[in-house]
Amino acid sequence: MATTNYKENFLNGIIKENPVFVLLLGCCPTLGVTSSAINGIGMGAATAFVLVMSNLAIALVKNVIPDKVRIPAFIVIIAAFVTVVQLLMEAYTPALNEQLGLFIPLIVVNCIVLGRAEAFASRNTVFASMLDGLGMGIGFTLALTLLGTIRELLGSLSVFGVKLVDADGMLVFILAPGAFITLGFIIAVMTWLKKRKPAHS
Amino acid sequence: MEYLVIIISTIFINNIVLAKFLGICPFLGVSKNTSTAVGMGGAVIFVMVISTIMTYLVQHYILIPLDIAYMQTVTYILVIAFLVQVVEIVLKKVSPDLYQALGVYLPLITTNCTILGVAILVIQNNFNLLESVIFAIGNSVGFTLAIALFSSLREQLDTADLPEYMQGIPAALITASILSMAFMGFAGLV
Repeated sequence: MATTNYKENFLNGIIKENPVFVLLLGCCPTLGVTSSAINGIGMGAATAFVLVMSNLAIALVKNVIPDKVRIPAFIVIIAAFVTVVQLLMEAYTPALNEQLGLFIPLIVVNCIVLGRAEAFASRNTVFASMLDGLGMGIGFTLALTLLGTIRELLGSLSVFGVKLVDADGMLVFILAPGAFITLGFIIAVMTWLKKRKPAHS
Repeated sequence: MEYLVIIISTIFINNIVLAKFLGICPFLGVSKNTSTAVGMGGAVIFVMVISTIMTYLVQHYILIPLDIAYMQTVTYILVIAFLVQVVEIVLKKVSPDLYQALGVYLPLITTNCTILGVAILVIQNNFNLLESVIFAIGNSVGFTLAIALFSSLREQLDTADLPEYMQGIPAALITASILSMAFMGFAGLV
C-alpha cells in the first residue's frame, strides 16, 4: 500500500489536481510573471521550494501546534521559507529577482502553499507531505512554463529567449490582457479534452 | 496635484487587478454577482488603508531602527492577519450594520495578495505616510472598480449561450482579458 500511495501523492499534483489548471489556485503569479518561459520556470521553482520545505516543516511540527492557532502558525512557517527564498534569489539570481519582483514575497499569500499545508501536510506523514509538495510544485512549474512559452511565442516570436522569426509578435500577449486570454483558452482546451475522453474510450 | 496623479494612475492606468495581477483569486472567486463583489471591494478598501498605515509605521519605527528589514515578509503578514481579526471584532461591536455588510469577506482578506502587495510597494516606492495612504486608497478603489465591473459582466455571461467547455472560468477569463484591454486605453492619461 505504502509505495503506490507515495507515487500517487507525487503524481496527483502534476496532472489530476494540477494547482493552476484544475484547482485554479495561485492565479496571481500565474498571470503576473508568465510573460516569458524563463520567468515561469523561475517562479515555479521558487514556489516549489517553499511548498516542499513548508510541507516538510509543518508535517514535522503538526502534533505540537494547538489546533486553534494552526493557521497563523502555518503562515509564519511559510513566511520564513519565503524570506529564505527571497534572500537566496537576491544573492544568486539578481536578474530573475528583478523580473519577478513583488511576486516573490507574495508567495506567502499564494493559496496553493497554505492550501496544501492545511489540506495535506497537517494530517499526513513527513515523507508523504514532502512528495505532495514536490508534485504540486512541479505541476505549478509546468503550468507556468506552458503559459509562459505560449505567451512568449505569440508575443515576441521566441522560445526561452531565442528568437525564432525576425519579426514583431502580437504585443498584446506579453501585456496583461494576453495573460487572461491565454489562461482562459488553456482551461477551455483542458475541459474540452476531459469531456471528450469518455466518449472515445 | 502629485496626489491626484497617484490616485488616477492607481485606479485606471496601473489598475491593481487588471494591470498588476494582484488579487486575482477574489477577482475570479467573488465576482459572481455585483452585490457580493461590491461588499468585497468595500472590505478591501477598509482593510487596505488601515493595514498600509500599520505596516508603514512598523517598517519605519520598528524594522528599520532595529536593522531587521529582511523580516519584512514575516512581520507584514502577521500584522495583516492580526489586523483583520481586530477589525472584525471592533466592527462587530461598533457598527453591526457595517459588519453585516462586510463581515463574511473579512477572513478572506488575509490571503488577498493586494493587501500585502500594496504594503510592500509602498516601501519599495519610498512613499511618505500621506502618499502611502493615498496610494492605498487609489489601489483599493481600483480593485473595487475592477471587481464591480467584472461582476456585472459575468451576470450577463450567465445567460449567454456558450459551448459547454467555455462555460464558467474560461469565459470569465476571456471577459477579464477584454476588460483589461479596455483599461489599457487609459495609458498615457497622466
